[in-house]
Amino acid sequence: MNIHEYQAKELLRRYGVAVLEGHVAWTADEAVEAAKKLPGPVYVVKSQIHAGGRGAGRFTNDPNGKGGVRVVKSIEAVREAAEAMIGKVLVTKQTGEAGKLVSRVFVEDGCDIKRELYLGLLVDRETSRVTIMASTEGGMEIEEVAHNHPEKILKVAIDPASGIFPYHARKLAFGLGLEGKQVGAFQKFVLALYGAFLELDCAIVEINPLVVTGKGDIVALDAKVSFDESALFRHKDLEALRDDSEMDPKELDAVKNDLNYVALDGEIGCMVNGAGLAMATMDIIKLYGSSPANFLDVGGTANAARVTEAFRIITSDVNVKAILVNIFGGIAKCDMIANGIVEASKNLSLSVPLVVRLEGTNVDLGKKILAESGLAIIAADNLADAAQKVVAAVKGA
Amino acid sequence: MAVLIDANTRVMTQGFTGAQGTFHASQGIAYGSTYVGGTTPGKGGTMHPELNLPVFNTVVECRDATGANASVIYVPAPFAADAILEAIDAEIPLVICITEGIPVLDMVKVKRALAGSKSILVGPNCPGVITPDACKIGIMPGHIHRRGSVGIVSRSGTLTYEAVAQTTAAGLGQSTCVGIGGDPVKGMDFIDVLKLFLADDETKSIIMIGEIGGQSEVIGAEYLAEHNFGPGKPNKPVVGFIAGATAPPGRRMGHAGAVISGGNDTAAAKMEAMAKAGIMVADSPSALGSTMVKALKK
Repeated sequence: MNIHEYQAKELLRRYGVAVLEGHVAWTADEAVEAAKKLPGPVYVVKSQIHAGGRGAGRFTNDPNGKGGVRVVKSIEAVREAAEAMIGKVLVTKQTGEAGKLVSRVFVEDGCDIKRELYLGLLVDRETSRVTIMASTEGGMEIEEVAHNHPEKILKVAIDPASGIFPYHARKLAFGLGLEGKQVGAFQKFVLALYGAFLELDCAIVEINPLVVTGKGDIVALDAKVSFDESALFRHKDLEALRDDSEMDPKELDAVKNDLNYVALDGEIGCMVNGAGLAMATMDIIKLYGSSPANFLDVGGTANAARVTEAFRIITSDVNVKAILVNIFGGIAKCDMIANGIVEASKNLSLSVPLVVRLEGTNVDLGKKILAESGLAIIAADNLADAAQKVVAAVKGA
Repeated sequence: MAVLIDANTRVMTQGFTGAQGTFHASQGIAYGSTYVGGTTPGKGGTMHPELNLPVFNTVVECRDATGANASVIYVPAPFAADAILEAIDAEIPLVICITEGIPVLDMVKVKRALAGSKSILVGPNCPGVITPDACKIGIMPGHIHRRGSVGIVSRSGTLTYEAVAQTTAAGLGQSTCVGIGGDPVKGMDFIDVLKLFLADDETKSIIMIGEIGGQSEVIGAEYLAEHNFGPGKPNKPVVGFIAGATAPPGRRMGHAGAVISGGNDTAAAKMEAMAKAGIMVADSPSALGSTMVKALKK
């Protein structure tokens, strides 16, 4: 689960991580009020969306204008910047062409930047440990740095048994070329950030850039925090930070129905059990010359109600020209799925061809239910047969 | 011989009296495996109402009373790491965790506890392990398996079934199938299972099924290049497949581990690494069996 920059900074501040003073604003008037609370004379107005590259991004109504992050030098300029952002659609490298609607801005104190660094925390799956990454190449796309100059990324893995110690941070600090009081400030920053990462069950915390100020302070200029969805049960308060408007409406619908759904831009709607098989089903559709409209894993405990919800979400995508149901029953039982298909067909009046492949637990029962239902279902014997038939159905349509 | 489990495996279940534990233990018993009892804290001293097997409060008690040498875990995600750690503490040699959705930082601690322990962990978020006609631990449908010569290792549950059905249809059958699970931090990885398969006489060939995200397929492939392929080495035919060629970068595809993050963890990059190592890569998930037949003829 991702949150906005202003929410991330507010959270991190509680754990002793150094951030600048700032306030969120939903209107230009609020932005002015926010700015008045800050010392000035330099203010930064930042569009709040769940995507990076905001500074270099452009608004759809003003493609030749300024970006989604603006440094201004008067209260009146704060108002102008906020007016230019709120209610407008910002397109960045990470938003896709459609861009994202900016509903609020963060008005932050200006900062005397001497150096821009990168700091990131995540669980490294190769070492199975929380790993702190740091780089002198702050403010840049860190993936590009990792790809072109891997030597410029410093890494320290933390043993979960002994936890973090100051030497971990010192190793990074000296590697980054910090000196004097910067080293102590960096150490404090890193230890606080690691504490927040563990306490909040984060998936990723990224400070890019992390800046060294003219006075030698270390402060987070941007902050990206994302939480481990599986751990949210022990952080009920964090749920309030979820911004539904940042999600694809179909995906949001799926989450609420406990379905694993990712919207894609193809024409064949897919309903599959198991994430691996769901991906493989997408792949084989592509292999046979069409493209998947979605990833959807109905899960092992699929019942008739969830199958119906899945159909509803798949068919709400206007690009869907045919549907492929691919079930290899293990925990999921084919008869249960078949009942779901029959029920969904009754309730939703499907208008596109439906190809169904059932295999595994209670397969004979499942096939019998479908055959006796009288529904116009194209039955498939195996994965290749199913892919061939659904692609043919689309091409014929 | 098969790997990890055989007819001598004595299986206990953690989360024994719950719906999942009950159902899958009964399926395992029906398959002919030896299930000896299990734990549900607070219900120790009773008998399982449906299975007529003893219930214990702790893993140690269960192990001592039943001689269990493998434990399967169906405990809900918030308590699953605790259950794994208890099994490790009780020195159960093989721990298989089926539970999906365990917090990653919980698994970081579990992984640390596994280091230097007497236990091997399979999973979490996996279908389990089966040696056909001998022992079934987990949630896979038993009837699709046939005892045979192909060792299968996979990150995905239902894709494993796909490989099983295809190798059964091809008349090859399976020695042991190991679902290592779709989480980023887990117990056994490809390389660990591949080592067992190379050393196992009954396993004449191997299918490995990976996904986008991470480097473990590449590490496994490199291990095979060094230890399987070449003069004087086992040279067991290996077929590979990577799911997620059509997955867009940055989007998590169901499994917590299935997300393209760096650029060298794409399906294409992994298939290339596999091919380079000498693995025959199936271009379609429906061609796992036929590609193996081809690989065996080479």
